[in-house]
Amino acid sequence: MTAHEITAGDVGVTPVDLRQSKRRLGEGLIRLSLALCALVSVLTTVGIVASLLEPALEFFAEVNPVDFFTGTNWAPLFEPASFGVVPLIAATFVVTFWALLVAIPCGLGTAIFLSEFASPRARDALKPALELLAGIPTVVYGYFALTAVTPLLRDIGIQVEIFNALSGGLVIGVMLIPTVASLSEDAMSAVPQALRDGSYGLGADRLQTSLRVVVPAALSGIIASFVLAVSRAVGETMIVLIAVGQLPALDVDPRATMETLTAFIGATGNGDVPTGTTEYKTIFAVGLTLFVLTLVMNVISIRLVRKFREEYE
Amino acid sequence: MSRQWKSRLFVGTMVLSLAVSFGTLGWLLVTTLIHGLPGISWRLFTAPPSTVPEEAGARPAILATVYIAVLLLAMCVPVGVATAIYLEEYARKERWYNRVLEVNIQNLAAVPAIVYGILGLAFIVRGIGVGRVLFAGALILTLVVLPTVIIASREAIRAVPDSIRQGGLALGATKWQMIWRQVLPASIPGIATGSILALSRAVGETAPLLLIGALQYVAFDPTLFGAFTALPVQIYTWVKLPDPAFQTLAAAAIIVLLVIVLGMNALAIFVRNRYRQRW
Repeated sequence: MTAHEITAGDVGVTPVDLRQSKRRLGEGLIRLSLALCALVSVLTTVGIVASLLEPALEFFAEVNPVDFFTGTNWAPLFEPASFGVVPLIAATFVVTFWALLVAIPCGLGTAIFLSEFASPRARDALKPALELLAGIPTVVYGYFALTAVTPLLRDIGIQVEIFNALSGGLVIGVMLIPTVASLSEDAMSAVPQALRDGSYGLGADRLQTSLRVVVPAALSGIIASFVLAVSRAVGETMIVLIAVGQLPALDVDPRATMETLTAFIGATGNGDVPTGTTEYKTIFAVGLTLFVLTLVMNVISIRLVRKFREEYE
Repeated sequence: MSRQWKSRLFVGTMVLSLAVSFGTLGWLLVTTLIHGLPGISWRLFTAPPSTVPEEAGARPAILATVYIAVLLLAMCVPVGVATAIYLEEYARKERWYNRVLEVNIQNLAAVPAIVYGILGLAFIVRGIGVGRVLFAGALILTLVVLPTVIIASREAIRAVPDSIRQGGLALGATKWQMIWRQVLPASIPGIATGSILALSRAVGETAPLLLIGALQYVAFDPTLFGAFTALPVQIYTWVKLPDPAFQTLAAAAIIVLLVIVLGMNALAIFVRNRYRQRW
């Protein structure tokens, strides 16, 4: 039956008033169940905060927070125990520093190339290949750092320990190149073409346009990618657990064995530490420290991206 | 220095930074193959782990990883897509709780995976939940990659032009009919790509599983509510052992893991390129 054979008037149906179309029960139920699914992520956050906070607060009732955050001796499993978290934080930042030394220049270079220099075909081929780099599991990178990078460093005359911050940091850096590159590239691609055209019109070449117009214009997005890279490096666990070691010592020499915040959690959380003891609660205190550190950086990064979006989109 | 030479130098620097990425990728793949190929044998897929490297395999770990991937597909994708639909099609941006939800998801996406492990540990220790079992592992990994699935699905749904929605509604579809029959089918390639990438990330994830006790000797095939170990955790266990024979096994297991993970990545890229729609 097609539309012109029969009309509403022929069968005595009055036209439906769409303004009065009432809410259907099923539609409301669907909306409700979708909202419930969305609630899962809110509950996840609540769960994370609650599960960290309670044991951490109990921990800080037993260990003075000032001693915790200023103490330079980390020996929670020894007798007498000492809970100075500074060596773990220092080690985390040493590893992060070396990671950024690789990730920022290479990531930014890759992003400028993809956004400003590469042909569309080259871009279509290179971007998935970069994603492959981001897709390799961290346990594999850890193995690679331990069995390939550390021996190479020794071969070229850098006297590193078997477990050392340098090889772990460098490998984390390579892992983060795609993160920096893809976020920065997004930011640079969003810079209006008119800005580039204006620059070319004033006689600038591609290099000058990239460095003096596009990069400054996309700066907040680029910095957001750096901040996210810091947060990722700080939170990375398996690479440091395998390649950097588990020896808490306050040292900035990257050739030495260290223990980062994440490595402590990973090494202690699966051990046989009896639950309810102070030693057990350190996992949560260190976890809370890590969570707050990364949260601050994530918030900064999200703000920067939003600022950038407001400017151009 | 002339402009031209500066320009060449700069292009050279950029190519160098690309070379760092791809050089490392190639180096990683080649060394893993060289170390691991001698360890690849049927035993790896059929035998349980053992203290004797000549008898050790990764059958329970490989099976557990497959189970986890299936569970993730069943739990993470529906919840993630539903959240994305809610945020894109239903949520009013001016309501504070929707903004909180949005910021919350962005933050969760960047929370280190090991923190999710602590969440799991806290629940297990308190006796809430199911204990140190495979299902708990899948549940934690679901939470780890849920934000990624949500963000990817949102982008896919947002890419569907509004004219499609208006057209559906104009023809008398209810809102849900419009979403189910027009918007979702149009955004499936994007959702599939994002979900496969997220799943492949979860399959290679190790740290959260350590905390909920996947680091154990499991000599039998895993069950849903039984003790388990997963392939990445098995690799970690072997990497830590000093005997070089176990290093070979670790490298062999890494090859298996890479085949799974990079295979999923390739599938995601294929889906995106094959089914991508340009509006």
